[in-house]
Amino acid sequence: MTAWTDHLVIAPILVPMLAGAAMVLAGGDRRRFLAGLGLSSTVLMLALSAALLVLADAPEVRIYRLGNWPAAFGIVLVLDRLSAMMVALASILGFAAFVFSLARWHRAGAHFHPLFQFQLMGLNGAFLTGDLFNLFVFFEVMLAASYGMALHGSGTARVRAGLHYIVINLLASLLFLIGVSVVYGIAGTLNMADLAARMRDIAAEDRALLEAGLAVLGIAFLVKAAMWPLGFWLPGTYAATAAPAAAILSILSKVGIYAVLRLWLLLFGDGGGASAGFGATALSVGGLLTIAFGSVSVLASQNLVRLAGASVLVSSGTLLAAVGMGQAAVTGGALFYLAGSVLAIGALFLLVELVERGRDIGADVLAVTREAFGTGEHEEDGEPGERDAIGEPIPATVATLGVSFLACALLIAGLPPLSGFLAKFAMLSPLLAPGGDAPPPIAWVMTAALILSGLATVVAMVRAGMDAFWATPAGTPQRVSVVEFLPIALLLVLCAGLTVAAGPALDYATAAAEALHTPSDYLRGVLVAPEGGR
Amino acid sequence: MELVVSLAIGVLAGSGVWLLLRPRTFQVTIGLALLSYAVNLFIFSTGGLRTGADAILGRGQVGTLAEFTDPVPQALVLTAIVIGFATTALLLVVLLAARGLTGTDHVDGRERDR
Repeated sequence: MTAWTDHLVIAPILVPMLAGAAMVLAGGDRRRFLAGLGLSSTVLMLALSAALLVLADAPEVRIYRLGNWPAAFGIVLVLDRLSAMMVALASILGFAAFVFSLARWHRAGAHFHPLFQFQLMGLNGAFLTGDLFNLFVFFEVMLAASYGMALHGSGTARVRAGLHYIVINLLASLLFLIGVSVVYGIAGTLNMADLAARMRDIAAEDRALLEAGLAVLGIAFLVKAAMWPLGFWLPGTYAATAAPAAAILSILSKVGIYAVLRLWLLLFGDGGGASAGFGATALSVGGLLTIAFGSVSVLASQNLVRLAGASVLVSSGTLLAAVGMGQAAVTGGALFYLAGSVLAIGALFLLVELVERGRDIGADVLAVTREAFGTGEHEEDGEPGERDAIGEPIPATVATLGVSFLACALLIAGLPPLSGFLAKFAMLSPLLAPGGDAPPPIAWVMTAALILSGLATVVAMVRAGMDAFWATPAGTPQRVSVVEFLPIALLLVLCAGLTVAAGPALDYATAAAEALHTPSDYLRGVLVAPEGGR
Repeated sequence: MELVVSLAIGVLAGSGVWLLLRPRTFQVTIGLALLSYAVNLFIFSTGGLRTGADAILGRGQVGTLAEFTDPVPQALVLTAIVIGFATTALLLVVLLAARGLTGTDHVDGRERDR
């Protein structure tokens, strides 16, 4: 281990923090400077996360001890495959959303640039930290920035949705605190690895209380992940936010999934003693119910942006249900699914804005108001008799957007040939053949849920796509700049890359999942005394 | 003392939850504030409730937690207070913006019967 690669672990937190701080100091008027700084920060983070992705692809985890205190006393950052993957996804999505916002959204309100950087800092911190309370702090950094992002652009609909979003997340933060303090009161530690090492030796009379505390903590994460009875805030909030903010918010729900994945597998895995497997049924059943609810909302969505929000629900549900199955191979498939779905849903949120813009020139930018018009409006507008019977050529912009939309639909619904299909296959294949035994009933339910949710997504996407691209009245000018289309193309090309390089990507995801299910390397890595420590 | 503290936490949390379910934004804000007081007290009490214990170690003393109060919950509660304060302030601003934009202080931005 050389000295400077060790310090790379903290760089994804420092870079956006320093960039954001410099932006606050520079003031809001120097837009060119702010945009340049933001762009260089996001590009730097792309490079950093690529380096971390390579560094993490090793059996041992990398630890960064702040102040070189041993893990039991100090705060540690932990880099393993899962956290490197999440940081990489956040950087990619951050870069795409940032470039997209440069076309016009960054001028729509004050403090967009610093908020964006702090948002990325909170995300990266939450993915890298190895300490429960530090996780809380980074959650709050991320949420505080996301409140600003959700309100970016202002307007009645955004403020109304933002109010609900803030109240719900404040409440979830309070639950987080209750959970953390119960865990500290019983186990006497907040370090995740230390806690996992102590799980086996918790006294029998304290165990129920500790499990209750962790369950409260889990509820706070599941509110973020929008599991079924806790996720009603999600579609409304995402529908009201500006497109680049919505793209970034869509990875916020994956932070909840990440926390569940990390903590649940660490604490309630095989090393959990009498608590092993606690809450597995709740996760898988809750995930399945989320898939069901998400599928119904996908079908019921009257406009594209709500459809994108509902597909976040489906993707959350799929991940939770897959994690709840408790098999390393299924989790590996789920991680592969997570990568593809983050990119595809991010691309969809950006794309929706361009499509909706072409449809409602002069109407309110807020897509929410489209509900009032209903979907039938456009058919009545363009009377077919007036036009040439043969039709007219589709303008190039519409064609490009249409092809991108098609790719998003294939990815999100999980149809071949793109990575969505491979991911679903990677989850279902080990589920239905667990070492020769007959698969448990819940495996069949999961299979049905995945296939039916895919069907619902296809139906809804086809309907929305026909409405958006074929039924648009003639002569509607599309004003899409290259800067806005490039990020979408980048995200979709990356999804295509995931499809082509599915073998290595799936190997990486499976290795990450194996490490999560057998966390001995993680424990040893974090708890070993530092070299030259005090 | 345990009884008094737990009753206080219970009353604060109960009032907070009730206010949180009310339809006016101001009630919701006060409810959140009360709930966060309850949670702060709760965090504080996880360190163990004692009277007359040393706040920190004396000179030359090798202490265990039996001799002085656990500092970690105090550090946690301090962080939680700061963060809770800041987010509540932010919520107040959003509340005022919502009042200005929608013309009502109902949490849904419109009165129910309209």
